[in-house]
Amino acid sequence: MVSDNSSRSGRPPLGLLAAGGAAAALVLLPVAVTLANAGHAGFGAAVALLGRGLIAQLLANSLGLILCATISCGLIGTAAAWFVERTDLPGRPLWAVLAVVPLAIPAFITSYAWVSISPDLQDFAGALLVVTVSYFPLVYLPVAAALREMDPALEETARTLGNGPWAIFRRVILPQLRPALLGGMLLVALDTLVEFGAFAMLRFRTFTTAIYSAYRAGFSGAEPALLAVVLILLCLLCLLAEQLVRGRARYGRLAHGTRRAAARYRLGRWRPIVPLGFAALALVTIAVPLGTILWWLTRDSSAATATAAAAPADVAAAALSSLGLGLGGAALTMLIALPLGVLAARFDGWLIVGLERTAYLAQSIPGIVVALALVSLTVHLIRPLYQSVFLLLLAYSIVFLPLALVSIRSAIVQAQPRLEEAGRALGLNWIAITWRVTLPLAGPGLGAAAAMVFIAVTTELTATLLLAPIGTQTLATQIWADTSTLAFAAAAPYAAVLAALSLLASWTLARRFGAASVFTPVGAAPVGAALEAAV
Amino acid sequence: MRRPLLALGFLASACMALPAAAAPVLTLYSAQHEQVIDMLTAAFTKETGIAVRVHEGEGPEIAAQIIQEGKDSPADVLFTENSPELTLLDEQGLLAKVDPATLRQIPEKYSAKDGNWVGVLARENVLAFNPKLIRPSQLPASLLDLAKPDWKGRVAIAPSDADFLPLVAAVAKQLGRQDALDWLQGLKANATIYQDDESVVAAVDRGAVATGIINSYYWARLETAQGAKGTTSKIYHFAHGDVGGLINISGAAVLSASKNQPAAQKFLAFLVGKQAQELLGQSDVDFEYPLAAGVPPNPLLTPFSKLQPPPIDVAALGDDKNAGLLLQQAGLI
Repeated sequence: MVSDNSSRSGRPPLGLLAAGGAAAALVLLPVAVTLANAGHAGFGAAVALLGRGLIAQLLANSLGLILCATISCGLIGTAAAWFVERTDLPGRPLWAVLAVVPLAIPAFITSYAWVSISPDLQDFAGALLVVTVSYFPLVYLPVAAALREMDPALEETARTLGNGPWAIFRRVILPQLRPALLGGMLLVALDTLVEFGAFAMLRFRTFTTAIYSAYRAGFSGAEPALLAVVLILLCLLCLLAEQLVRGRARYGRLAHGTRRAAARYRLGRWRPIVPLGFAALALVTIAVPLGTILWWLTRDSSAATATAAAAPADVAAAALSSLGLGLGGAALTMLIALPLGVLAARFDGWLIVGLERTAYLAQSIPGIVVALALVSLTVHLIRPLYQSVFLLLLAYSIVFLPLALVSIRSAIVQAQPRLEEAGRALGLNWIAITWRVTLPLAGPGLGAAAAMVFIAVTTELTATLLLAPIGTQTLATQIWADTSTLAFAAAAPYAAVLAALSLLASWTLARRFGAASVFTPVGAAPVGAALEAAV
Repeated sequence: MRRPLLALGFLASACMALPAAAAPVLTLYSAQHEQVIDMLTAAFTKETGIAVRVHEGEGPEIAAQIIQEGKDSPADVLFTENSPELTLLDEQGLLAKVDPATLRQIPEKYSAKDGNWVGVLARENVLAFNPKLIRPSQLPASLLDLAKPDWKGRVAIAPSDADFLPLVAAVAKQLGRQDALDWLQGLKANATIYQDDESVVAAVDRGAVATGIINSYYWARLETAQGAKGTTSKIYHFAHGDVGGLINISGAAVLSASKNQPAAQKFLAFLVGKQAQELLGQSDVDFEYPLAAGVPPNPLLTPFSKLQPPPIDVAALGDDKNAGLLLQQAGLI
């Protein structure tokens, strides 16, 4: 961030600092509880628990999947981005949209769809398929952006030196893409580590499902906590690597002046064939999940398993629950994230950078770890919050704090500090300035942030599963309950409403604020923002 | 700051479908299958006018939760798939006496000796097998054989499913702790591990593995789902009192901390009553043996009288603590 002394007034108000500090502390709370729970095991027992082969197997499962998934996402994402940004591919705007739509379909919905088509898609093959299909846009987006911003001069020089298209891609474009590509791949790795629902439905064992198993087997204390500590460490490694990759090697153009768009390659005789590839990709990533839901909708509920059919009233009640939690979750998350966003956008200093970075650490704390920590904390110490709606909303706030923070920060940055100074000159105090000047200016961006959290909460599964108050069913938990008993047709109405809500809300948000505001891969932008803040 | 937060919390809870304000509302902690519970609670509410709110979970998880919640647990009734969790809570002194009239509906040996929980349903442990991968003549005489080296790669288990724990407890009862651990380690070397019984039977049916240890419930449900034509797998009964043919008892109890004792007792009486038991036996939702005398089970199941379970009753089976530790020690969970 360019330091602009006029906009970054020296000392932040203490109240703001305290609120920002509370937000950061909230993120550290589940980590602290998890460490404390793990500590109960004692050193000897911990070593025995960690060294008994289960961890090795989970590591092999997780790392094997991550290796394959990052490569497949990297290949598909990069190829799709190159064709869209650099060739005369017919129908580019359509393919560009279709390449990001999978991000609006929760991974566990995709998982439900595939696993209901055939039980053969369970285990590793199914997990790789679902991860690739759900997360390749995390590579596509940054790589496409990097391709757009690349200076064509280097490529032209390479061409004049006699390099063919493939050689240019390999020797000129690929090295420039490295930060975006590796960053995207690391995000895929992080999301793979954190994902729970999709893998549980696919019966693929990873750390998150093993933590859930230990919890289900009645080991409420040290055992799941120890697994969680290992998982958090793995996630932190990903996050750190991502920061390093993004921090290093900037290939930005230094020259001033207007940049030309890069010349597009002519696909020639491949021109009719490449769109077929994109169509196949859209078929696998979008049409199959959505089509499968529709197919199950038309089936009698007894077709899957003879279970109670979903009555329209049940679906409506679950949808209302999901929407109610979405509203509450978005409101509480915004309330908690706002002070920190204002601090990060308006003030400098190591303390604020530290607070902001701490908040972004939430990305590396899986929802299941947050949920279990909050359960064990409240059942023993804060009983009135136990099994309460508020506790669930608090869990959402922790999990989605980074998502809210990145948008809030850029929204506040957009509000011009000069206008605030005018307000100050007119004798308003900082509260009045925030209320009457900053908020109206930053309003649309803040609205986008709230809407994004709303979508994320409405489609959230893991924390909801563990923390929902007694008797509360959401769309996600109903899909979970029916799918785990193989009642695919019974789950279909819930899945249809959930997918429709998510797609509709994302589409509205994209129309209103631009596609970038919706499809900011969680992780990419926050880390970028944190780095900017640090520079 | 706090007041808007609270208001939001209320708003959110108001948006949720809360049960109607008719008193009393029974809180049921359930480790039974959700569809079974939906069916039963709907019938109970229709009959008595008492609304039921349900908290779902796996048996050991719910038992651990009730122990943690202690005296302030919101649970009135606990309904589990297996007896060890009930035994565990009984040992902790958390259960109230069941009405004698309710206990009388069920043969004595399927309920707690001290009368603190009542058996409702029974499930049989079986070996699911895929005839395309293994001939019936090759199937093991005993569950214990599956730990032998020649079964490597040919058996699937779900050690984190609550239904597996009673089987481990039964093996430990028969062999003693050390031999049970050796058996588990042998089984671990041979087995493909799945998350739950549903996955095991699905894996066997699709031919990913030759055999799998499950409760017959899951095979019957898969068979109902896919139809006889679409189902490749079959089930094999361990006979002659082999430990593999263990009967798991699904039972219910009233929590002593419950503030709705009369309504809670009414729910237990309903569970073992003729209406509920027949509903359970006839519907295609549940595939367990109703324990009330003279109520036939789902026709997909082998008649209860034909089963040859080992002579281990619910009291001998005890709680899950040892079984859980054994599984942990063997590195299976």
